[in-house]
Amino acid sequence: MSALVKQHLIDPEICIRCYTCEEHCPVDAITHDDNNVVVDVSKCNFCMDCISPCPTGSIDNWRVVAEPYTLEQQFEMLELPEQEEGLEQASDGGGSLEALEDEIDVLLAKAHEGTGGKPVAPASASKPSINLFNRAKPAKAVVQGNFRLTDAEAESDVRHIILNLGNQVFPVLEGQSIGVIVPGEDGEGKPHEPRLYSVASPRDGEKPNTNNIALTVKREDKGVASNYLCDLPRGAEIDITGPFGATFLLPNDPQANLIMICTGTGSAPFRGFTERRRRTMPDLQNKLQLYFGARRPEELPYFGPLKKVPESLLHTEFCYSRVAGESKQYVQDRMRLRAQGLLDLLQRDETHIYICGLKGMETGVDEALADICRNGGLDWAALKPRMRTSGRYHVETY
Amino acid sequence: MADLVNVDYNTSIPNNVNLSEDRRVLKALEKWHPGYLNWWNNMGPEGFQESLVYLRTAVSVDPKGWAKFGYVRMPEYRWGILLAPEEEGRTIPCGEHAGKPVWQEVPGEYRSMLRRLIVIQGDTEPASVEQQRHLGQTAPSLYDMRNLFQVNVEEGRHLWAMVYLLQKYFGADGREEADMLLQRQSGSEDHPRMLGAFNEATPDWLSFFMFTYFTDRDGKMQLEALAQSGFDPLSRTCRFMLTEEAHHMFVGETGVGRTILRTCEAMKEAGITDPYDIAAVRALGVIDLPTIQKKANIHYSLSLDLFGSEISTNAANAFHSGIKGRYREAKIDDDHQLESATYPVLRLIDGKVIISDEPALSAINMRLRDDYVKDATGGVNRWNNILKKEGIEFAITLPHVAFHRHQGEFSTIHADPDGNLMSDDEWEKRKDDWIPSKADGDYIDSLMKPQWESGKYAGWISPPRVGIDNKPGDFEYVKVSGVASNA
Repeated sequence: MSALVKQHLIDPEICIRCYTCEEHCPVDAITHDDNNVVVDVSKCNFCMDCISPCPTGSIDNWRVVAEPYTLEQQFEMLELPEQEEGLEQASDGGGSLEALEDEIDVLLAKAHEGTGGKPVAPASASKPSINLFNRAKPAKAVVQGNFRLTDAEAESDVRHIILNLGNQVFPVLEGQSIGVIVPGEDGEGKPHEPRLYSVASPRDGEKPNTNNIALTVKREDKGVASNYLCDLPRGAEIDITGPFGATFLLPNDPQANLIMICTGTGSAPFRGFTERRRRTMPDLQNKLQLYFGARRPEELPYFGPLKKVPESLLHTEFCYSRVAGESKQYVQDRMRLRAQGLLDLLQRDETHIYICGLKGMETGVDEALADICRNGGLDWAALKPRMRTSGRYHVETY
Repeated sequence: MADLVNVDYNTSIPNNVNLSEDRRVLKALEKWHPGYLNWWNNMGPEGFQESLVYLRTAVSVDPKGWAKFGYVRMPEYRWGILLAPEEEGRTIPCGEHAGKPVWQEVPGEYRSMLRRLIVIQGDTEPASVEQQRHLGQTAPSLYDMRNLFQVNVEEGRHLWAMVYLLQKYFGADGREEADMLLQRQSGSEDHPRMLGAFNEATPDWLSFFMFTYFTDRDGKMQLEALAQSGFDPLSRTCRFMLTEEAHHMFVGETGVGRTILRTCEAMKEAGITDPYDIAAVRALGVIDLPTIQKKANIHYSLSLDLFGSEISTNAANAFHSGIKGRYREAKIDDDHQLESATYPVLRLIDGKVIISDEPALSAINMRLRDDYVKDATGGVNRWNNILKKEGIEFAITLPHVAFHRHQGEFSTIHADPDGNLMSDDEWEKRKDDWIPSKADGDYIDSLMKPQWESGKYAGWISPPRVGIDNKPGDFEYVKVSGVASNA
């Protein structure tokens, strides 16, 4: 079989033939006849310039094909062809693609495995842009700041890195990730594998209307990308790709309750979520809670700033597993202690759960939720898929 | 350095034209702003100024991230001034100066012509908001209500766009014209809007959809023609407006399509095959197809009037001077001067409708109208595809251009939808067969009951196939009462 291709198609039943996409396409891949507006697979470079200006939602359709549809075939289409069985990848729903590059797609699919099925974006989330920049055409970011978040004495080195994007348009939503391209080659002479990092800042930047992005990066022993990032001096220029991810997103609905559960650098998206809510819905109270696990307070990223966030905006539960003289407490242990409050929230359709951190936390948190449900007369095995399919249960672990 | 792609939100007026360093214009706009808000609050959507509406706001002119969606109270919408990026080396596309660099300032000899074109365009923008201000009350769904308000806030932004040009390039005259744009009112006896179709009421939602389909499409064609202007700031303004205008076309085409679909479905459920059995169809609480045809007839014919006289010296002058081009001028393969070319024009000569070759320069309006008719026909064909798919034997057709006209060649005669001329008496006798009668209006009016429950639709219209911003079917596009207090 020949190599599979992701092909961009326009839904002829929904398109109104305004040709706005055609006007915006920088490589003239889009054309039309008297019937349809179509995309030339040999010219389309996935730059995505056509997606956002489309007024109808007809533009954002993708099919994995062995043999691409020709222009003539597309001119004749009365409706979109079905995705051919067997070619489609698990993470690729045709509608809400997380990434266009296969290598990124695979990374995200793995990170979202714990969701227990196909992840679905919250109903009221903003529509994400994805894959505007790729390895062949990365965005250039300049390091605006690189600060150590963990105590100087602490064993772990976690950093808050701010990347300035200058005049480049890099629309990112809270919860999305970016790819970092590490220069050089690995031991086998190949370029380094891409690394994904969740964005820790809200969509409009560290301060409102600044075109920058913050990352939370932990230095890993022998970690190629993390050491590269943690060592970057202010003013250094790096290549980034993305944005990626189309499901682990913040609901816009002001009524949404968020239960955010994280360890370590898994706190990054929740920093973005919280700040976004603070900026756009300052009057809302008691909608966000954070279960945050670390070994010690000194190693908990953003410990200082988090202490200053008002309780009414964000209720925090810090859980430590290595404090001398205290018993180990993991996030799931604290959740069990707060069972009644969680149970109340779990019964409400406005409640969204987000889990982000190390893979190892998944099982414990899942069991805790199951126990809390069982004791309260709920069935987690039934509730979880219901929450997932309505875009209210999200797992991103690594 | 000024950032001309991303939007500056530091002044109270978001812009990518470096307003904060243009004190004179900033001052003029800031002076105009309260009057605008006043106009919006008095003449904008009635009863929903406090509601949270899921709107898109233009945040950049870069297509990658040009707009963002979020809940906004309409009076807090960030209306701004956004021009498409300057194209390096752009030349005047048509007329006697074709090929020379575009003007960045108003050429003195064309000053009054340009001002008039901008004022006419600007006058239509607030007019339609005024025409549609009562519709929110009878919205057939929160989805449709949101689309109405999106169209309204963007018409408001298009007014801003024209006002910016007036204040930036036309001095005291421009400021006065900008003020006048807020003073004329759709349908007013004393200070009506400038063009006829913009003084007609938009009484119901089918009219709204027909208006956005047919009349906003005239707006689209005018913007397309002005986007070809040799006066670069006008061209850049219009190019960006077209990105927003596409949504208005979408609202019209899908609104009528969904109305037709619902009628077909109801007829099939009830086993009615004859679309002309109007009483039976109306008993189902949907709009019968012949009445939809009548609505199309009237909105189409009123919209054709907006193109002005088929033979026009003003239009010739605007083209010849390079102030206004033709639809997709750059893609037309000719000399772009039209000094000796001819163009076929449908005329009324000796009481007969005949095609006559006229100097192409004088027939600029006619050509734009022909492009409009072609564009409008496409969507009508897609409506007919719905009918075909549903198996209902009926087709919506566009009436002859001589039908029901108040401007140009055919304004003095009456014709039936096929273009057959008829006497005044005969027209009076038959007109209710072709344009909506009072009884038709009353019937449609009886269906205009609000449906504001998330995900529900009034019985005369089917749900959309895709949500706005890919939202699911039951998404609450408008929080009618504003943010509820915290539970």
